[in-house]
Amino acid sequence: MTAVITVPSSLNDQTFEQVLDQLAAHPPEEKVIVDARHCTWASPYGLTGLLTLAQTRAEKPVFLTPEETDKSSYWVRAGFFKYAEELYDVQGVVPRTRMSGESDVLLEVTPVNASSDVHDVVERIQKQAEHILTSKLHLEPRAMMGFSMALSESCQNIVEHAGRGGWVMVQAYQYRKRLGGRWAAEIAVCDAGIGFRRSLENGQRRPVTDRWGDGAALELAVVNGVSRYSDPGRGQGIKGIRGYIGRRKGKLAVRSGTARIAILPMWDDDVPRRDNLAPFPGAQLQITIPEHAEKQP
Amino acid sequence: MTRIDVGSVLRDSAKLPYADLVTRPTGAAVRRCIELELAGLEDGEIAMLDFSKIGMIDYSCADEVVAKLLLAHKHGETQTGYVVFHGITDAHLEAIEDVLNHHALALVVHFADGAARLVGTVSDEDRGTWEHVRASGPSSVEDVAKAEGADAAVMAERLHALHRRRLLRYDGSSFSAPNVAHR
Repeated sequence: MTAVITVPSSLNDQTFEQVLDQLAAHPPEEKVIVDARHCTWASPYGLTGLLTLAQTRAEKPVFLTPEETDKSSYWVRAGFFKYAEELYDVQGVVPRTRMSGESDVLLEVTPVNASSDVHDVVERIQKQAEHILTSKLHLEPRAMMGFSMALSESCQNIVEHAGRGGWVMVQAYQYRKRLGGRWAAEIAVCDAGIGFRRSLENGQRRPVTDRWGDGAALELAVVNGVSRYSDPGRGQGIKGIRGYIGRRKGKLAVRSGTARIAILPMWDDDVPRRDNLAPFPGAQLQITIPEHAEKQP
Repeated sequence: MTRIDVGSVLRDSAKLPYADLVTRPTGAAVRRCIELELAGLEDGEIAMLDFSKIGMIDYSCADEVVAKLLLAHKHGETQTGYVVFHGITDAHLEAIEDVLNHHALALVVHFADGAARLVGTVSDEDRGTWEHVRASGPSSVEDVAKAEGADAAVMAERLHALHRRRLLRYDGSSFSAPNVAHR
């Protein structure tokens, strides 16, 4: 039997849970159809999450493309189909035209498998995104560097901990709902690897507690900066990201296994921790950096 | 004085075709190359690590290049000379400060604008004394104690502690900041 997984019309880190809720009932060896025909918008988290989803399936899933061609064009521009065509049996119209000129896609969907990929991602973001990050988000040079560092450290989590490759994408857009029209840049980094809990367990870093699980592992790693390595210098990457988003009034959300933890700014009404979510392998991270409010016209 | 161009180390010695110091493997490769050069330092010699051709440094790489290098230095593995950082900009400082504070380390940094100062974990008293020596030039314990209105024994302990951390040079009679022009 083939199960149909319906992609919501607007796909972001919150609504991606609807996809995973549907998927939870179907073991990895079961064939699925991911139906995005009525999807009209997808965030970087949504796009990288869909690629990650395909990696978790034993049998190549079918992907039904968005019906509105202009929406598909965005997915092409974001680099989604370049990899989706390898991971999915793509059915439907995939526009072949690429838009030229400046784009709000700061970094197209990019695979991260090795340290050299992290170097490439950092070089590309500095070349491609400087104009938007300075003109739209008003990031000063030091904040620009912080942005690149946050991106680099997020990608390194895949290389150092996931045990398999993952995906990164960066985009800037206007947050009409929550930020009153201010611009924000979103970094999404997703993988289908071993996840935070198993990574810590593999490094013998599981604390002696009855309350051990994905949520406790996320809290240990994201909030307390504990890494699976005993080297005292480890764990500084996520600590650095936390420091950066704190200074920029940004948001960090990390999902792994059945839990999700978020470091929240005042402007966001998300919850700090959620447990008992639908299981999903690996780790999925999202960083949101809003426009510098004082520089708004 | 030995000048080590970190940009050249990255590209030529570590054979990595990048301008930025990011990722742990890159940091470890660069550190190993620098350690080989530091191993040849003579007693009291200064190694100036020049970062002026480096784009940015992330936290993981800073931990490998900066913290582990200084920790080895602190633990006596290469403790014959002094390490001074040169050409540091805002693009480097955030990660460097972060890892230094994480490991309770400090180092002498020459910024791109020519200013020199201590970066990392240093008490206010130690920083004040270091600033005094940097501005005054070679100074004895008595000189610094008198200028700061401090007890000579206390000041001697403080100056020697800064010397043990390789933040001040000591020639047997006077202390000076490594490779810093006093003004």
